[in-house]
Amino acid sequence: MTKNLLLKKEVQQVLQQVTDPEMPYISIVELGMLENIAMKRDGFVQVELLPTFSGCPALNMIQADVKEKVKERLLEWNDDLEVEVTFRFHPPWTTDRITETGKEKLRQNGVSPPPASFTAGEPWKIPCPYCHSMYTTMENIFGPTACRSILYCNACKNPFEAMKPIANLFEGVENKWLN
Amino acid sequence: MQREDMVLCELLYQLADDNFILAYRGSEWLGLAPHIEEDVAFSSINQDMMGHAVMYYQLLEELGAGDVDALSHCREPESFRNAILLERKNGLGHYLENPNYDWAYTVVRHYLFSVLKQIRLESLYHSSYEPLKQAAEKISLEHYYHSMHWETWFTQLMSSTKEARHRMENAINYCWQEFDGVISLGRYGKEICDHQLIVEEEKLRNEWLKRVCTTFGEMQFSPKTSPGMESGNGRNGEHTEDLTEALEVLSEVYGGDKQAVSW
Repeated sequence: MTKNLLLKKEVQQVLQQVTDPEMPYISIVELGMLENIAMKRDGFVQVELLPTFSGCPALNMIQADVKEKVKERLLEWNDDLEVEVTFRFHPPWTTDRITETGKEKLRQNGVSPPPASFTAGEPWKIPCPYCHSMYTTMENIFGPTACRSILYCNACKNPFEAMKPIANLFEGVENKWLN
Repeated sequence: MQREDMVLCELLYQLADDNFILAYRGSEWLGLAPHIEEDVAFSSINQDMMGHAVMYYQLLEELGAGDVDALSHCREPESFRNAILLERKNGLGHYLENPNYDWAYTVVRHYLFSVLKQIRLESLYHSSYEPLKQAAEKISLEHYYHSMHWETWFTQLMSSTKEARHRMENAINYCWQEFDGVISLGRYGKEICDHQLIVEEEKLRNEWLKRVCTTFGEMQFSPKTSPGMESGNGRNGEHTEDLTEALEVLSEVYGGDKQAVSW
């Protein structure tokens, strides 16, 4: 394995330790925010991330955290290791990027993961993360952060949160009025 | 800057400034919305919309128009390209003192804007400028929830009490007099369309009217006139004192300490 490839692998591992400050139990990799790690040249790593929601105030913190953790852990590589963290919005982040481990961690922390498939305009069926009942009510589509909604479980009487489903709505949609 | 880039920038300023100033007006409702759930929802929407403005400002930065923070905080009111309707105050008073704001007006303005924003995004998705197309794709995923939110408020208040209906109709009539200013693409409109950045004003207007009037019809309401542009065209840099005041408040911290923008 070449030196650069090894470095890339190590960066990937470090990113497993970077969490969303508003959900400190899930890593940015599990959330599906990592798009690419590129070696621009020797000693220069570029990490490309996809923001979950475009106005997310945690982005600056995540960016700083990635830089700090990579530099801290990979000191032996090169004292002059250069790390660049960029956000891009293409492809757009969608909830189906969240890994299975990520979904499990969300559940364990009282946040229901988004439904596996979601069609615009159709109601979502969200099970309670505590008792798994489907007898739940949507209290507010908008929750404490841009990516979460607030729900209530009528079975175990617990309020809980769910990740708002985000799917690519333009796929296959034809807008006849444009012609 | 080449003519083609200049025309592209004009459109980007319109898109950025619309979202920027309306997100600001929305944020003035923080703590004042009709109930706690709305306070949570509205702040989330404002945060998203500010994010959309940032995305458009970033595209401007990439084209060499200046740095994102400077574009949002250091421009003079006359270089803003937002529609006048979107810069108007939320009602009487000030958010710090006697905020006698009008919720019906806010619901109507946001609902009418969200329909046009959806139409613009659908068109931008076919834009000849690839980065704009990509931005539209990302924004539409979030806007989906905003549209749903404002349509719910709009139809519920329209079919609520007599007083609610009366306030809503007043708000519609007021917004109607100005809404053509939101649809307008400004003095470079023709060139913007020639470059296939977005479809013609006429198509945007027809589609917007079609969608809005469908909802109006379900609510037994029909506007008597075509949408107007009574206070002037913000796309050409015409604005009111409301914008000047808003920008002063918005840039107070940035103007006082340039390091304070990042936390």
